[in-house]
Amino acid sequence: MATKQMVRVKVNGRDREAQVEPRLLLVHFIREVLQLTGTHIGCDTSHCGACTVVLNGKTVKSCTMFAVQADGGEILTVEGLMQNGNLHPLQEGFKQEHGLQCGFCTPGMLMSSYVLLHNNPNPSEEEIRRGISGNLCRCTGYQNIVGAVQFASAKIEQGKMAEGVAK
Amino acid sequence: MIHKTSPEIGGMGHSIKRKEDLRFIQGKGNYVDDVHLPGMVYGQMVRSPYAHARLKSINTEKAKKLPGVLAVITGEDLAKANLAWMPTLSHDKQMVLATGKVLFQSQEVAFVVAEDRYTAADAAELVEVEYEELPVLVDPHKALEPGAPLLREDREQKDNHIFHWEVGDRQATEQVFQNAPVKASVKAFFPRCHPAPLETCGCVADFSRATGRLTVYMTSQAPHAHRTVFALVGGIPENNIRVISPDIGGGFGNKVPVYPGYVCSIVASLTLGVPVKWIETRSENLQSTGFARDYHMTAEIAADRDGKMQALRVKTLADHGAFNAAAQPTKFPAGLFSICTGSYDYPTAFCEVDGVYTNKAPGGIAYRCSFRVTEAAYLIERAVDVLALDLKMDPAELRRKNFIPPEKFPYKSSLGWTYDSGNYEPAMNIALEKIGYKDLRKEQEEKRKKGELMGIGISSFTEIVGAGPAHSFDILGIKMFDSCEIRIHPTGKAMARMGTKSQGQGHETTYAQIVAQELGIPAADVTIEEGDTDTAPYGLGTYASRSTPTSGAATAVAARKIRDKAKKIAAYLLECNENDLEWEPGKFYVKGSPSKSKTIQDIAFAAYTNIPPGLEAGLEAVDYYDPPNLTFPFGTYVCVVDIDKGTGEVKVRRFVAVDDCGNIINPMIVEGQIHGGLTEGLAIAFMQQIDYDESGNIQGGSFQDYLLPTAVETPHWETDKTCTPSPHHPFGAKGVGESPNVGSPAAFVNAVVDALSHLGVKHIDMPIAPWKVWNILKEKGVAA
Repeated sequence: MATKQMVRVKVNGRDREAQVEPRLLLVHFIREVLQLTGTHIGCDTSHCGACTVVLNGKTVKSCTMFAVQADGGEILTVEGLMQNGNLHPLQEGFKQEHGLQCGFCTPGMLMSSYVLLHNNPNPSEEEIRRGISGNLCRCTGYQNIVGAVQFASAKIEQGKMAEGVAK
Repeated sequence: MIHKTSPEIGGMGHSIKRKEDLRFIQGKGNYVDDVHLPGMVYGQMVRSPYAHARLKSINTEKAKKLPGVLAVITGEDLAKANLAWMPTLSHDKQMVLATGKVLFQSQEVAFVVAEDRYTAADAAELVEVEYEELPVLVDPHKALEPGAPLLREDREQKDNHIFHWEVGDRQATEQVFQNAPVKASVKAFFPRCHPAPLETCGCVADFSRATGRLTVYMTSQAPHAHRTVFALVGGIPENNIRVISPDIGGGFGNKVPVYPGYVCSIVASLTLGVPVKWIETRSENLQSTGFARDYHMTAEIAADRDGKMQALRVKTLADHGAFNAAAQPTKFPAGLFSICTGSYDYPTAFCEVDGVYTNKAPGGIAYRCSFRVTEAAYLIERAVDVLALDLKMDPAELRRKNFIPPEKFPYKSSLGWTYDSGNYEPAMNIALEKIGYKDLRKEQEEKRKKGELMGIGISSFTEIVGAGPAHSFDILGIKMFDSCEIRIHPTGKAMARMGTKSQGQGHETTYAQIVAQELGIPAADVTIEEGDTDTAPYGLGTYASRSTPTSGAATAVAARKIRDKAKKIAAYLLECNENDLEWEPGKFYVKGSPSKSKTIQDIAFAAYTNIPPGLEAGLEAVDYYDPPNLTFPFGTYVCVVDIDKGTGEVKVRRFVAVDDCGNIINPMIVEGQIHGGLTEGLAIAFMQQIDYDESGNIQGGSFQDYLLPTAVETPHWETDKTCTPSPHHPFGAKGVGESPNVGSPAAFVNAVVDALSHLGVKHIDMPIAPWKVWNILKEKGVAA
């Protein structure tokens, strides 16, 4: 066993640190060291995207990097999506539009969609399909996930307009 | 009659949002790998790199010396406890850990237990196994040849043949064929594929030395059946075993069998006295757990010159791999494959299937499919298209001409099934109308003149689901009833538990809607729990689209038992005769004076606080439902494809699915099921295959080469429905989760063949990869 190294990260707004083996995968760090089990593991070849988290504003497949590589970074996982007890519009969208069935791919889908909407607040259907193409779903056939992202996009837009009116 | 309930009650027919979603969208699901127990350790399999080899020696010394390693278990160790083999669900047996020899690549050879995952993986690498390679059998046809290497030395029967099964009238069928003016035939291979639910299989086995109780958290579609298997195999008293199937990340049949990893984890926990977790990697999942299909099929149709079908003859070779680990009802070694006469009125038919062993992973499970129905539906829908080509008839017209007419239901098929209800033509008409069939045929004609390739494929499938009636259906002797227990609390809220187990189908919502429908208690006030064998009533689990036909029916019947008692309580409270009471969802009222009423909530409270003399306290019921027949959902799917002559790529332009699953509980959930099943059908038709090279090396053993469609390859699905209720189901439902996966592969393939039929193409085996199409185009001299 190699000498352990310190990893310091900010996860869902909270500073976390731990001594870990250099070979520890980020996904195991998140799931087992930090005990945030919303991030899932669905494959061993970086194809399925169930382990997708947001690292420094970009999606990463957390099974494909080491925890030590995330040192000093800022991570958002599915557990960090809710704000002040309110569901994120994407979470709401997945429920309203029946965008999930078994729920296993859902956290990864949510995180990819989160970054997609951040970069492109009004994506077309094709852009959404491309945006989530790193995430596999075996249950939904994707159609209602597209609907869920569209729901969230509209809701975020509405929120911004309401804010504008208020100002 | 189905009472219409208010949206507040949310009974049948309401698209209420799913109750289970709230935890999943917050990342608060509890899947088996999320289970973390104090002192838990980790198991890792050592697997064979060879498909067929004698085990010369296993040296575990180096592995055992690695710090953190707690145990290394081999087949020899298990043999001492008589656990080296376990029964399969198909009356065969399977090695838990290999002894003597290995029979497929990735077979389980040893089980390493260590304090953490990484150490367990390191130690697995240190287990030294010496193999002597043996000749490998990959082709099931060769496995039956005289002089073929004997794979299963443990059997008394000294060849590779597992079973012969036949149904129908062989002689009468042959006679029809001798005299038939038209004979069409197709040889179709349904390739081996894997359900690949996004969550792999795994468990946490927790044996407490203090209490003598074993708790197994596991990815199980059938937790009760698994508990019984563990009791029978392991000799642990069944009352001391608790199986908990937590949230399951998709099943599709993959989580029905018992796998060696579960057994090894239990053995390790019994030995070490600590909880042992075992979670497959994706590659292990694809390479060793229940595959599906692998049917080499031939269908022949005898018909007259006008296209009226006279007889069907089907012959199939079923490749079961190294062990017959199919999960089939006992009397049906080829499952319900004899539904292969499909939606058509065949006066005569004959079907035979032979099962064989090869050096491949064991299985033969029902992948989003009611026991080989997918193979059957694909075969008949392909064969009908070949007949249409031979007769130069429109495939829709040929189907129309041969559909079982609505007045013939209940319909006794020539292969012995009694179809409960059906009305096939309206579903096809809607599908053709919706896709604009006539215009598409014109467009196709125009395109052909210009040398462009487009095709239209139709599939008018009939399923057989909801196994099943106890007189014919059992697994390991256990009859295939299913169950529900409902308890109404004093405040009028309810808790219901079933013997089935959701893997994403939305049971927590739809079962609550059934209770809401029958008792008028709002679905929001009904909690559904499944998967814990300590609390749920016994049942055989969720697969074969059986949840709604069996446990759904049990839920309605149990609720009706409660309503009967509620009526007595209401009569007591209203000081009237029971016969003077009328029911509407949520309350009993006195005939003629609707203001004199008692709500189900009033009645529930009285059941605990103001009990009528002579009645027991409480308001609960249980029902074990034995369905009188199976149910027969159906539909027509139409697909339009365009083919790129430069690359051979097939693009699905449109796909219309018209389904009939009888009365619907939650239309939103039904539509979601159809989207998902169509996507898996697309995957099977174009992408997914588990293949083997000559040496038995698996091709498609990871997501690198076992291709699943992403959102980009998946088209937009168009859905519609007709409604032909099941006459024998308590609320007329039929089951739907598998229809799209059963019915769609033929629609895709028929569309591709239709695009190429003018070039003389009659059949292409799945998966239809671009290279396959391009080779055909090149051969026909039309590749761009």
